[in-house]
This record gives sequence, structure tokens and C-alpha cells, in this order.
Amino acid sequence: MISRRDFLKVGGSIVAWSIVGSEHAVAAEDFTGNPDRVGMLTDTTRCIGCRRCEAACNKANKLPEPKTSFEDTTVFEEKRKPYVADVQSYTAVNRYEGEDGKPVYRKLQCMHCDEPACVSACPVAAMKKSKEGPVVWDEKLCIGCRYCITACPFYVPAFEYSSAFDPKIQKCFMCYQRIKEGLIPACAEACPVEAITFGKRKDLIKMAKQRIWGEPDKYIDHVYGEEEAGGTGWMYISGVPFEKLGFPENIGITSYPKLTKDFLSMVNLTLVSWPALLGGFYLASHQKPHAAHKEESVKEEHKS
Amino acid sequence: MNEYAGDYIEKQIHRQDEPSNSEIIGNWVKDKIFLGLPLKEYLKTLITPLNIFAGIIVFAGIVLILLRFIFGLEMVTEASNEQPWGLFLTWGLFSGVPFSASGFVIGTAVYIFGLKKYQPIVRNAILLGFLGYLFAVVFLMIDLGRPWRIYYPMFISFGTASVMFLVAWHVALYLSVQFLEFSPSILAWLNQGKIRKIAVSMTLGLTIFGVMLSTLHQSALSAMFLLAPGKVHPLWYTSYLPWLAFISAIGAALALMIVVSKLTTIFFKHRASPHYLESIDEITLGLGTASSFVLFTYVGLRLISITHEGAWKYLDSPIGGWFLVEITLLAILPFLYYYGVQKKKVVLIQFTGVLTIIGIFLNRFNLTLITFNWQLPDRELFFWKEALVVVAVVIIEILVYRWIVNRMPVLADHPDFVGDGH
Repeated sequence: MISRRDFLKVGGSIVAWSIVGSEHAVAAEDFTGNPDRVGMLTDTTRCIGCRRCEAACNKANKLPEPKTSFEDTTVFEEKRKPYVADVQSYTAVNRYEGEDGKPVYRKLQCMHCDEPACVSACPVAAMKKSKEGPVVWDEKLCIGCRYCITACPFYVPAFEYSSAFDPKIQKCFMCYQRIKEGLIPACAEACPVEAITFGKRKDLIKMAKQRIWGEPDKYIDHVYGEEEAGGTGWMYISGVPFEKLGFPENIGITSYPKLTKDFLSMVNLTLVSWPALLGGFYLASHQKPHAAHKEESVKEEHKS
Repeated sequence: MNEYAGDYIEKQIHRQDEPSNSEIIGNWVKDKIFLGLPLKEYLKTLITPLNIFAGIIVFAGIVLILLRFIFGLEMVTEASNEQPWGLFLTWGLFSGVPFSASGFVIGTAVYIFGLKKYQPIVRNAILLGFLGYLFAVVFLMIDLGRPWRIYYPMFISFGTASVMFLVAWHVALYLSVQFLEFSPSILAWLNQGKIRKIAVSMTLGLTIFGVMLSTLHQSALSAMFLLAPGKVHPLWYTSYLPWLAFISAIGAALALMIVVSKLTTIFFKHRASPHYLESIDEITLGLGTASSFVLFTYVGLRLISITHEGAWKYLDSPIGGWFLVEITLLAILPFLYYYGVQKKKVVLIQFTGVLTIIGIFLNRFNLTLITFNWQLPDRELFFWKEALVVVAVVIIEILVYRWIVNRMPVLADHPDFVGDGH
């Protein structure tokens, strides 16, 4: 059996290790963020469904040719998702029915959340909220676990299931490279009706509110993304209720990393309290007789 | 003490015969690998209808796994961008790992709380736990998009805010811990008495470390789904998810030990010591008492959590009906265990153990696969090829288990180390 000295040696080093080792378990912190981070604003009252943003996205990101041309409007018959085999773009424009049966178009892509669920999900920090604003992904780190896909409330990230050796996570990166070069994202550049605006997020919120206040009859009084999921980098204003445009209705204003923060904060407590409790119990229940019986207990130890 | 005497006698014999090196190796292989039979006879014992059937399924499964690694996950799975995780993880990770709590549950009972009554099954519990984790990693390797980077969370890049980061670390550490915990049996099989002594001396530390790791990653496996509140059905989504997962893992481990202990008395009777076979009934009664207590707690907490989240209104729906099936099954279990223990009906406890295994599988399947993305229309759950791969891997797991139990001291003490408690 194990003597008390052995126990203290082993137990002590485990406690020490768990305290040192628990540094990795730091929970997500409240977001302050870069105040000058960029974002995008989509005005669905302006969009005409021309799909030029899709074509520009395809070109800017050097994606393969799509199965149907970007001028084909029959694609509106179904609700498409960004980055599926026959879309070949990180964005997809879908058609919905507005008031009086007038079509309303909505562009889908990554929302570039301020505190993204995908980023807090990633076990290797391959998914990151960049200082500039776009949510980016590092191919060199990704292990392909797809927790980002499970976590994303907007169903955005896509995985290349057909690739065995180089499966990528595909989603809109807000043309991060172009932004760094001083250009604006390809879709915003291509839009002929200025339905997509690129700028600092704080300025976009002001612009969105100015438009709503300027024409209160035209717009719903809500900037989607200002607070949703803790705030998103890509925001929308609309003339019809957002749920009619297929926006998920069950997204609160809590940031997603907060959902697991409480759990992660239990880690340190558990690592410290279990050895203390169990070790204490073991010592209490296996206590050896003291001083006077010492010799006897040593003999016993040898026997076992 | 016996080991030294054994060594001495062995040396005496060797001095007389002076066997060549090849003979020593040959004898070792014959003794350790072929169960003391010559190669031909050993191979003959392997050709049984059951083994042939297992072989065919394993072959088909391995072909599918190869296809997956050549043509991508699309070839064998139904995984999509809505439902990125399918049967591999639902079975191997989210359902398999709770049952693998057997090692830490029985280990804690015997080595920390000193409940010597459960000593006969402790090695089996640790072996089952170790294999459960090992094959969870196998399933993970099949499912990961870039499995050759499986060590990245440990050494290359740290996503410290991720629950999966925690799971990765803990599963890796705990797999090592379980291997070390089982190592006394391996070392006894290899007649390495001195190294075994060192391995045995680590037992207490390893057991406590195992409890720490298990508490966290058992709960973390469900806590991963806290990040998907819109996708997990409200009847399953609760902030109590981590603790429900931990408590039900203890229930799962106890049920597994109840059922597997019974199975070993049928299929491994010749490998088990008389003491082991005699003690199973008494042990089953004890495990039944513990299970009853654990599952009462679980069901109570589960019902409180649903009330807490205000989710009862979802009962009036098809998924609500399906939920009732799960919760009714789980709620009956503690009463059945209690009745079985009161009336000393061992068979009833064993039957309840089987029901518990079904109930907890159902719970994990519901959480991670069946009701996941409940708001999306037309969901594909899994592809038959996925199911075949799962069956093949499970068969491999059983074969590995059989291989080990047939050779190492799991169900009986090694003659050199009788009654040393490990």
C-alpha cells in the first residue's frame, strides 16, 4: 500500500501541477474591442437582387466557376446558403416576399460578430476576431473539428467534406486582404445601388439610424446586428420585419462566449477542490497509529 | 516476495537447458501471445463462426474508413454544414465517454474510499474505461477534418476560451492516466515485478488526478452544447447540462459494470478467479444501490432544470412526445434498482443495468443528434455507411478487450501478485 509520505509526494505535485496547468483555462473576457473596427451595413430596401455582389465575391476570392451563371435569377426559387457547391461565393442573395407581394432581397454571409461563437468554440484559435473587424480563419492551425459550425447561430461556416487532405473552413472574411491593402470589400464595391456600405462600425450605426429617422415610414425601427448576439460587424436595416427575411428569431443579445464562461470558470475550482477533498478523506480514513505504535506500523508496511 | 522465488527457479531451469535466444523469444510469444498453444493450434481456435462474422464486418468497416481518408468525409457520412457532427462523435465521444467513467468511479470507490468489496472488478473497470477513451480517440481521428493535427491543441495553438480545448486536453491526459492505472496488469503479464511496484505506488495520485479530469471533461462534453442554444431543443438545453452529464456518466459507468460483470461470468468464466465469480452477485447489489441513488439525483435535477428553463410548454409536440419516452425510461430506472436491491433480485438489477445503458445512449443521441437543429426541416441523421463503420470499430474494441482479458490478469489475480490489491 501507499504510505503517507508517498501520498504527500504524489498528491502535492498533482496539486501544484493543476494550479500551474490551470492557466490554460482562462474564461472568455468581456469584449471591449477596437473602437475603430470596421463593419458592413446592408440596406435591404435598396437591394435589387442583381447578384453582382456574388459574382464579385467569387472573383475576389478566386473561387471556382458556379454551376449556374451569376445572372441567372431562377436561383431565387430556393433559399440558398453561402458557400455550397452550386453557389461558389461566400455570399448568397435570397428573395423573400415583402408587403403587397413585392420582392425583398437579403444578402447572406458571415455576420462578423463582435464576440463570435465560432472564435470561442475553436480549440486551436484558428478562428479569430481580427483587430480590424473581420472574423478570419488560419488554415495553418485548423484541425477540422467543426465546432465553429456547430456553434455559429447563423449557420455560416462551411466545411469542405469532399476534401480528404486539405479541407477548408469556408466563409466570408470581409475581404480581409483587400481591407489591409486599403480597398473596400468586393461586394460593396460591386453593388450598383449602394445597398452595401463599408465603414467603421460606429459610423455605420449612426448612418443606419439616420436613414431610419429620415424615413420612419420606410424602415422598421431596428438595426439588426447592433445588439444581436452581443453585436455583429455586419448589420441590416429593412422595410419588412426581419423574421420575414429569414433572420433567426431565437438569437438574443447575449454574446455567445458568455454561454460557456460560467462553466469554464468552474475548472480551476474543481482542479483545486477535488485533490483537497479526496486527499483529505484518504488521509482521514487511512490514518496510521502515531509515535508509540510507529515501529509496528513500519513492520506492517513491509509485510504489505 | 513470490516473484524473486520465481526468478530464481527460472534461472535454475535455464542454466540446465541453456536455450538459444530464438527459443526464448519463441517460447515467450507462444506463452504470452498464443495462450500457450503452438501457432497452428492457436490459429485454429480463432476460426469460429462468430470470429468470421466479426472479421467480415471489420473488413467492410476498414474499407469505408480508407475511403473516408482518400475521398473525404462526404464519402461515408451524412455530415453537413447544418449538422457537422454525426454518428461518429455521437456514438464514440458523446455516448462512449460517459460509459468510460467506469475506471474513475470504481477506482475512486476502491482506492480512495477503501471499499474493498469492489476490488474484484476494479481492474476490469479501469480496462473498460481505458478502451472507451482509446476508441473515443479513434472515432475522433476518423471524424476530424485534419486528424494529423490532433495534437495541435496541446502543443501548437491554444484556444483557451473553448470548451473543446478543455475536452482535448483532458481526454489526452486521462487516456494516459488510465493507461498508467492499468499498467500493473500489463506489467504482471510481462513478469516485470520491479517496474510494477512503481506503477502500483502511483495508484492513489493517479486516481485523484483521474477524478479531477473526469469531473471536468465528462461535464464539458455536454457543456460544449451550451454554445448552441438555438439548435439544442429547449427540453434538453439547460445551464445544468454539465452537471447532468457528470451525474449521468456515473450512472452509465455503474450500469456498464453491472452488465459487463454479468457478461464476463458467462463468456470469460475460464479467465476469472473463483473469488471473482462468487463476488459478482454481492457487487451487483452494491452497484444497484449506488445506481438507484445516482439516478434519483439525476432525474430530480433534470426535472428541476426543465422547470427552471420554463421548457415544459414544448411537451405538446412530436419532439415533446419523444422526450417523454426518454424521461419516462430514465425515471423508472432508480425505482427498479431500488426494488431490485430491496428484494435482492440480482437479475432484475442486471436487467435494469441494460435499460440504463439504453436510456443514457438515448439521452446522448437526443441531445447531440436526433433533436439537434430541431427547427430545421428535413434533417438527415446518418448514413448507413457511418453506422457500419461504428459497428466495425465497436467489434474491434470488443476483440481488443477479449485479447487483453485472455492474457492479462483482469478478472483474476496474477499468480505472482495474489491479493496485493492491484
